[in-house]
Amino acid sequence: MKTVNYMKITFPAMAKNESLARSCVAAFAAGADPTVEELTDIRSAVCEAVTNAIVHGYRSVAGDITLTLKMTEDNCLYIKVSDKGCGIEDVKKAMQPLYTTAPEEERAGLGFAVMEAFTDSLRVTSRPGKGTAVIMKKKLTDKFES
Amino acid sequence: MTVEILTGENYITAVLKGELDHCTAAGAREIIDARLEKYTPRLCILDFSGVSFMDSSGIGLILGRQRVASVFGGSVRVKNPSRYAEKIIKLAGLEKMILPENCKV
Ligand SMILES: Nc1ncnc2c1ncn2[C@@H]1O[C@H](COP(=O)(O)OP(=O)(O)OP(=O)(O)O)[C@@H](O)[C@H]1O
Ligand SMILES: [Mg+2]
Repeated sequence: MKTVNYMKITFPAMAKNESLARSCVAAFAAGADPTVEELTDIRSAVCEAVTNAIVHGYRSVAGDITLTLKMTEDNCLYIKVSDKGCGIEDVKKAMQPLYTTAPEEERAGLGFAVMEAFTDSLRVTSRPGKGTAVIMKKKLTDKFES
Repeated sequence: MTVEILTGENYITAVLKGELDHCTAAGAREIIDARLEKYTPRLCILDFSGVSFMDSSGIGLILGRQRVASVFGGSVRVKNPSRYAEKIIKLAGLEKMILPENCKV
């Protein structure tokens, strides 16, 4: 499907950039005139992925996070959040609801479950020692359809 | 995010306002825990009516306060979450912690 708009930003893994990242995705998606619910869904999904990069990926080292956004002709929003942090040994296990490696920090193990519930598809690729990429797709309501 | 604590007889209410994420949860946690440990109330109400955004960090905040309160036999309830926060609370299987709408506390 033809890409109608795209954007890429890189920012340091700092907690205050969680709100920056969700504002960015909201501003980018605004052009496609999404519903309030869709907007909240994608803000949450992006926030979860970015928070994971900060609290897990870059747990012991500093580094950058890249957020890539793409809008296609059929009103699909593609979101990619990538880090060059510690990576994940077992992605399948990490994606199980309630699984967390940081319970002492009051993490609930629900980040991936939120991303999965609030988008139409979620794919995670990771290599230990190299980093993690989370790719999500969200179909936005096409107001001119139907 | 701002947190205001109201104290009643045997309960405290933490009124949260703003966006609740990993960045802001830490500050909220500190304020609530200080009062929880001081008053050891039977009930701690987290008033979510002013929470405009929440992610899984909100679930960590709720469960973490429940853990603190349970040490002295207290419990935690969530008041007035937005439709959206409710969606995440349900995803976590914590809908039983939401106070009924007509509840008078
Ligand atoms: N970018 C990442 N880099 C390294 N490890 C990650 C990354 N993202 C997720 N993980 C691993 O996957 C686990 C599950 O992630 P998930 O977001 O579902 O839960 P959580 O972050 O532990 O808790 P919550 O999101 O509820 O606060 C994490 O505990 C962590 O071990
Ligand atoms: Mg997470």
